[in-house]
Amino acid sequence: MNRPVLQVTRLSMDFGGIHAMSELDLEVHRGEIVALIGPNGAGKTTFFNCVTGIYDPTGGDVVLNPPEGSHSIRLNGLKPNKVTEKGMARTFQNIRLFQNMTVLENVMIGRHCRTRSYIVGAILNTRATRREEQETVEKSYRILEKVGLADMVNEFAMNLPYGAQRRLEIARALATEPFLLLLDEPAAGMNPNETRELNELINKIRDEGHSILLIEHDMKLVMSLSDRIYVMDYGKRISEGTPAQVSSDPAVIKAYLGEDIDA
Amino acid sequence: MFSVEELKRSLLVSFWFAFLTFPLIVIKVDPIERTVAWRWDNMFYVALGAFVVSLLIRVFNVQKQRRRERIASGAIVEREPLIQVILREPRYLYPLTGAVLIFALVFPALFSTYQTNIMITALMYVMLGLGLNIVVGLAGLLDLGYVAFYAVGAYAYALLNYHFDVGFWMALPIGALLAALFGVLLGFPVLRLRGDYLAIVTLGFGEIIRLILENWNQFSQGPSGISNISRPGLFGIDLSLEGAILYLYYLMIGMVIFTIFVVNRLQDSRIGRAWIALREDEIACQAMGIDKTKTKLTAFALGATWAGMVGVIFAAKTTFINPASFTFLESAIILCIVVLGGMGSIFGVIVGALILILLPEHLRALSEYRMLAFGAVLVTMMIFRPQGIVANVRRIYRFKGSGEGGGA
Ligand SMILES: Nc1ncnc2c1ncn2[C@@H]1O[C@H](COP(=O)(O)OP(=O)(O)OP(=O)(O)O)[C@@H](O)[C@H]1O
Ligand SMILES: [Mg+2]
Repeated sequence: MNRPVLQVTRLSMDFGGIHAMSELDLEVHRGEIVALIGPNGAGKTTFFNCVTGIYDPTGGDVVLNPPEGSHSIRLNGLKPNKVTEKGMARTFQNIRLFQNMTVLENVMIGRHCRTRSYIVGAILNTRATRREEQETVEKSYRILEKVGLADMVNEFAMNLPYGAQRRLEIARALATEPFLLLLDEPAAGMNPNETRELNELINKIRDEGHSILLIEHDMKLVMSLSDRIYVMDYGKRISEGTPAQVSSDPAVIKAYLGEDIDA
Repeated sequence: MFSVEELKRSLLVSFWFAFLTFPLIVIKVDPIERTVAWRWDNMFYVALGAFVVSLLIRVFNVQKQRRRERIASGAIVEREPLIQVILREPRYLYPLTGAVLIFALVFPALFSTYQTNIMITALMYVMLGLGLNIVVGLAGLLDLGYVAFYAVGAYAYALLNYHFDVGFWMALPIGALLAALFGVLLGFPVLRLRGDYLAIVTLGFGEIIRLILENWNQFSQGPSGISNISRPGLFGIDLSLEGAILYLYYLMIGMVIFTIFVVNRLQDSRIGRAWIALREDEIACQAMGIDKTKTKLTAFALGATWAGMVGVIFAAKTTFINPASFTFLESAIILCIVVLGGMGSIFGVIVGALILILLPEHLRALSEYRMLAFGAVLVTMMIFRPQGIVANVRRIYRFKGSGEGGGA
């Protein structure tokens, strides 16, 4: 009965002749924090792009099983906005905020797919529109409080320090009300202090009922956060298991060749 | 003050300019007298001018850089520009708006009919600018064929009036709707295009519409155009020419207020934010659950609606239209208005339209150099103030107990 919220089978992606990802299997269960690691160019971001509909994978299946309701949703061929609507949201490795919008507006954008008001409603400023806007603002603000950006709501996103930008990306994704959150290197460029706060934040988000799949190079963070870890190299899955299992797997050590895993 | 390196670079620029402009500026061929005049002194002026301008730009950039460094290091605090403060604070904004409104209302009493007529044109461009601002300024879709929708509106009224005697007020919504339909029609094929490619296709679209109007004689009466279009009616009263102009003026004031009202509501709404997100980052926008197709099409359709309405008004104002009124030049002027005024800023677009339309009218002597001046203005803006005269301000939200209040 306990179906995984995300079930990926034999997912492949070719770019011309390059097999960026081949026949990857991956599962995320409800309430889990799962990490996807691997050397640079292993195909991790490509995996995210394939499951979120930004790339059209050349083979394989992506299925979402929302925790509420019993139906499964096959994601293949869905556009990115539809995928998000189904309940899986993501952040980007190379920050992609809406730079010329305020912090609050960035998060409000996340609520777009959970709200309805349209042109006529906006022009007439109907009661329903006002109520919806009010709700959007309040919910967005609460998310910003959660990630610790409540005192910067009216700043332009481009004026935020780097670590805050990464947290804003998470806030924006949370605003879409996902049950599964995909984080692409959320700690990249953060100092140890910020990383520690991020660790707490991710745990908090999980405790609120979200499942999390994260790509990360910071091994300390990965080892302390993850319930399970998948390791990729050259587009293939080379290992899977608990942090302890993975860090003692010879294949993993070989893949990282010299890069010591200081867990 | 200047390093040798900088002087050298400016010298290079000035030589390059002198070389480029050589055929135009120096050589003057007189085909009747069969003589060639070599105006070498002109070359000197061009070279000197280019040298000075290039140095000035460099000085400006250096100072801007220094300022930015000092702000970053906390030595000085960045002050918000005065215009921005005025636009944000209701206690300045409301009296200002009131004053402008009163001035607008008494304008015809203060100035001649001729001046009022020019003002009507300027107000039409304000509306066109605000419409294009939705497409270019908010949604970030570079549309160079905007004039096509203007033509659709104008011809819709002209033809309906000619064949079926349809009145102005009836034609206004029809023209707007038809233009919106054309907006969607153009939107579909260009959904996948961005930036330069989008610009080229929309440019082509604008030209196609004009060429159809020019060549399909049975439909549009070709280059000779349609004349004797009815002026807007006022409860069946026949107005004198002056009365008609006055009526049109107040009609335009009303329309502009309506436009400002709508655009203002839209830009801080759910759909307005989606447009801006689309402009800022298309991939992130989609990944955040926004339907790109729908968002782009609504931007095109809404922008076109305004062009269609102004088109109807234009036909009613001039009582005669032909395809020559809808050349690429018009699209370029409207785009200039948006860029000069400030992309995404309502106030900026209004200022931009008034400057670009009223200035050439009052500086008749300069009107020969109008295009040259437009070019110069745009290049200057891009160098010194890429955000336009008035930068876009986003709405400030205040929350209790958060300590944040945007200076409150
Ligand atoms: N759009 C694309 N076109 C062609 N090749 C691509 C494309 N996107 C990714 N690749 C290639 O696929 C491979 C995997 O890239 P990917 O970005 O997924 O790596 P990654 O595991 O995220 O690496 P990193 O840790 O550096 O972020 C790389 O060799 C990359 O060059
Ligand atoms: Mg990556």
